[in-house]
Parts: sequence; structure tokens; C-alpha cells
Amino acid sequence: MATKLNLSPYIFNKNRERKPMSQNNNVSEGNWYILLAAWMVAAASTLGSIFFSHVMEFAPCVLCWYQRICLFPLVIILAIGLFPFDKAVVKYALPIAVSGWFVAAYHNLLYSGIIPQEMQPCTKGVSCTEKYIDLFGFLSIPMLSLIGFSILVSILFLLKKRTS
Amino acid sequence: MKYKIFAGICLLFIGLFAATSFYYKKDQARMYKDMAANDSSTFVRPHSRILGPEDAKVVIVEFMDPACETCAAFSPLIKQIMDRNPDKIKLVIRYAPFHQGADGFVKILEAAGKQDKYWETLNVMFKTQSVWANHHNYQPELLWDFLPKASLDIEQLKKDMEDPTLNDIIAQDMADAKTLNVQKTPGFFVNGKPLEPFGSKQLIRLISSALNEKY
Repeated sequence: MATKLNLSPYIFNKNRERKPMSQNNNVSEGNWYILLAAWMVAAASTLGSIFFSHVMEFAPCVLCWYQRICLFPLVIILAIGLFPFDKAVVKYALPIAVSGWFVAAYHNLLYSGIIPQEMQPCTKGVSCTEKYIDLFGFLSIPMLSLIGFSILVSILFLLKKRTS
Repeated sequence: MKYKIFAGICLLFIGLFAATSFYYKKDQARMYKDMAANDSSTFVRPHSRILGPEDAKVVIVEFMDPACETCAAFSPLIKQIMDRNPDKIKLVIRYAPFHQGADGFVKILEAAGKQDKYWETLNVMFKTQSVWANHHNYQPELLWDFLPKASLDIEQLKKDMEDPTLNDIIAQDMADAKTLNVQKTPGFFVNGKPLEPFGSKQLIRLISSALNEKY
């Protein structure tokens, strides 16, 4: 008699939780793919930047390095968040991505001449306004970086909204 | 399943990277070959200093900086290879003084060339480089103590260094270095083929293959 009484809340709870749990599973499944997409953007950008510096042998300027500092760790951090899925990954990844976005935005302002040359921090080595590639008339390397970071920040924000 | 998706994307990305790199390098090699065949002036300018016989069929073009440690380290190796293959190789010196203050050393060299002491001076500079350019800490005043070893007329040298055409030579060489995508010194081309990857063994291999092809 006593055992039966003790068991019933367990069964009751289990039944009650079944439906919301499967819904939860769908949501977290979706979140997993969203995180995977963010990881793919980070990985593709990283490979792209390595391609520019090691295959095409463009010397990276100081601002490029600051952006890389924000980009490269995301490949690892986001991958860790995928296995098993951990929504807390947003908490760690988003500030890094946002920092990278700000550096990329600043770099684009310098590059396009909105901020004058004299104000730029890098005088030694490669100039941050050195023009290496120009795809379709507007896609420079700093622009590619800004686009990449914008996508990353957007995806991570979306994930933050969906998981909180 | 998720691991498989992840692994699949990893493989795809790495594969794409490797394939693009391969085709890019192939394309570049073809571009340099065309340039060497059609527009050899990018590799050799009329002002360029050349060591070795005029009709040598293997041409080593070296973009260098007199203050560059690796350039100094490669100099005996090149001399050795040239001595071992007499009359088959010529060396073209081009300047890529990437570091600040390095063009002053190029001017010393070029001015020494006006006294027909170019190669002697280059030799003295490379041999004493560790003293006056230790880890890119340039101390030109120390170099001046060594220059008499190349039996130079120092007063004349200082006068010749003021020649404004020297700036044009440096500017032209720097422009060609940019065209040929030389980012580091020394930057070697053997019959138009860039040394890649960089290394002394690779350079020996590149020169031997050019020698086999031409002789």
C-alpha cells in the first residue's frame, strides 16, 4: 500500500511531462541547428582569413588581428556548445562576437575613409587601409569580416531569445 | 547523427579549403610563368645588378634587403651553387627594403657600384651584418667602420648616395616586388618560378630542376 502511494506521483509526473517534453525536444533540436549555423559561419570565416594570409599571402594588419582574436575562438567555443547542446554557450560566445563586430565596424570606417588616416592606430607594418581585394566593387576584406560578425551576432541573439 | 552532420561539414570545409588552395597556387604558378615569358622586365630592370655570365640560362632573381639576416645567411649558399655550376647561372639582385631605414643601406650598395665595388661591398655588408643590424636594431654608424674593407672611396660614396636616381631604383624595385607578390626577404625566383615553400633545400631543388631543364 505504501509503495503504491509512493509510486503514483512519479507516474503522474512522468505522464504530465511527456507532452511538453517532446515539444521541448523539437525546440532544442531547432536550436541545435541554429548553433550549428553559427559555427559554420565562424569556421568558414576562419578558413577564409587563413586562406587570405597563408595561401594568397596577404599580410594581416593590426586590426585584422584583433578581429581574428574574436573570431578564431568562436570556432571552438561554438563547437563545444554543440556536443551536447548547451544553451549557455551564447553567454560566452556573444560578447566575443560583439567585440569582433565593433572592431570590424571601426575597420570599415577607416577603410572607407570616414575616419581619417591619421587617427588609425597602425602605422608600422601593414596599413589597415591597404586594399587587397575588391569583389563586385564593395566586398573588401574588412567588409567580409563585418558581414561575418553581423551574421554571427544575429544568430547568437536569436538563440539567446529562443533559450531564455 | 549530429556527430555525423558535424563531421561531414568539417570534411567539406577542409576539402573546399584544400581544393581552392591547390587551384589558386596552380593559377599563380601559371601567372608567374607567363610573366617571365612575356614581361621579363618585371624580374630584371636595366638598372639591376647581375652576377654571372650574360648568356646563363638559369636566372636567379633575388629580392633582398642588405639588412635582412636571412638574405645574408643565403648568400654563401648561392655563391656555392654558382661556383659548382660555372657559366650556367646568373644572379639578379633586386631590392625590397621593407624595413624602415633599410633603403639607406641600399643606397650605400648602389653608390659602391659606381666605384665598381658592388659585390665586394655586399659581401662586407653581409659578413658584418650581425654587428650593425643585430635583430633589426640598425646602427649605420657601425657599418661605416667596415666599409673601407671593400676599398671604397668613402667621400665619393657619400656624394654618390645623394643621387636622386637611387630613389627611383628603389621605388621601381619595390613596385616590382609588389607586382610579384614578394612579401618577405629574400624573395627568390628561378627562371620566373617563385621559391615555395621557402627554405634552403627547396631553393637547391628549384635551381637543380632549372639546371636540368636548360642544360
